[in-house]
Amino acid sequence: MLNRKMQYLMDLISVVTRKDLQVRYKSYVLGYLWSLANPLAFAFVFWVAFKVVMRIQMEAYALFLIAGLFPWQWFSNSVNVNANVFLMNASIIKKVNFPRNVLPFSMVLQDMLHFLMSIPVILLFMLMYQKPVGWVWLYGIPALVIVQFIFCYGLALLVSSLNLFFRDLERIINLLTTLMFYFTPIIYPLEMVPGQFKQVIYFNPLTSLIVGWREVLLNNTFPTGFVLLSLLYGLLALGLGLVIYKKLSWKFAEVL
Amino acid sequence: MSEPVIVFENVGKSYPQYHQITGGLKNFLFHLPSALKSFKQLRYESLRDINFQMAKGESLGIVGRNGAGKSTTLGLIAGVLQPTVGRVLVRERVSPMLELGAGFCTDLSGRDNIMLNGILMGMTRMEVQKKVDEIIEFAELGEFINQPIRIYSSGMLARLGFSVVSSLEPEILLIDEILAVGDIDFTKKCQERMMRFKKQGVTIVLVSHVMQDIVNICDRVLWIENHTAKCIGPAEEVVQKYKDS
Repeated sequence: MLNRKMQYLMDLISVVTRKDLQVRYKSYVLGYLWSLANPLAFAFVFWVAFKVVMRIQMEAYALFLIAGLFPWQWFSNSVNVNANVFLMNASIIKKVNFPRNVLPFSMVLQDMLHFLMSIPVILLFMLMYQKPVGWVWLYGIPALVIVQFIFCYGLALLVSSLNLFFRDLERIINLLTTLMFYFTPIIYPLEMVPGQFKQVIYFNPLTSLIVGWREVLLNNTFPTGFVLLSLLYGLLALGLGLVIYKKLSWKFAEVL
Repeated sequence: MSEPVIVFENVGKSYPQYHQITGGLKNFLFHLPSALKSFKQLRYESLRDINFQMAKGESLGIVGRNGAGKSTTLGLIAGVLQPTVGRVLVRERVSPMLELGAGFCTDLSGRDNIMLNGILMGMTRMEVQKKVDEIIEFAELGEFINQPIRIYSSGMLARLGFSVVSSLEPEILLIDEILAVGDIDFTKKCQERMMRFKKQGVTIVLVSHVMQDIVNICDRVLWIENHTAKCIGPAEEVVQKYKDS
């Protein structure tokens, strides 16, 4: 019986995930390129602004940018697009009683797949800048993917549940993520942050995550402290998300 | 008589006025005192004091004007809504018929929708796979089965929807207003299939405005008016009263 339940859940997740991917990639033949286009375009803009115009003193700045932008893109998509996930599926939520959290779960899963598909691009940039790829990729990437998945899923669950009740939450989240972007060391290194802000910046859960990613991808080190801190934030987000979801999910069909 | 499979005991359902908050967080916070007050006090009563039981294999029709509370009743049976007061007990697996094409993965082909629908209703991939050919055959959509369902007509969507829900070995079948849009041949096929279900002991709940369907298929009818049960009884009797009113 437990087996059938597990099997069912797996089937449900795979069919919902595949549905969205199919829809996305049927309409855009170049869907894969599209998912890369956004972070690459941003990387280009920041590279022009800070490397070409402002002449930031950093080697391989383009590589530095994309190593931070791709994970950021995953986070930002998972939180922003997900705000609407229950609204978009209103017609089935009102009729069938299936585990609703499958919907945000599969959205985050898709964003994760997109991120994984962008790793070859990072690899390409590594080659261009003649940077060595270390063994740490083999365990560093899976570890960070799991940590980021937990974090994103927790937030997605939280945001999508609340957004049903407060429909302008989506806009607030949009605004907040844009602000967060500049308060996270993505376009600048952590070392450049002035001393008095150094303590504060760790309260931003994205800091440890993004810096962690760059350590693994570019510096061939496994940043245990950053990974653990990210995991802590991830578990907090997941806990909060699950509590809110549990509290509200039986009301979803009422508000839709 | 065996145990009833659906029990409604003094069931009432009321909603808070959600538009107060779905209007937005900003709105809500700016008018916090009045918004909170009206959210707590104003409730929209959608159903009150509904009592009935259904035995396995019985079929119940639900009639009533638009907005009387028929869909809420179906929602309570499907388990997507919970009663505010009273108790709803459902003992078997519920298969609700989905409104296909209602903004829901309309870019997927009919074939893909069969799988998606079946799994949403609680079947595993293997279980649906075994039935796919039967569903396609019953729906008689020909070449259209491989086309995205956004180009389907409403009749075709109903065909597909009914074919899916009725082929996946339903235990409790919920049907909301669909037979009306199919053509005569298909409506006849649907009725035959529902008759067969009745013999097999499938419990059927049918919401419809087509009184003839109700009389043909249902043993009993629940007439909901003004959010409460006006009467419940043998199909022809209640339908006659409803027509006369």
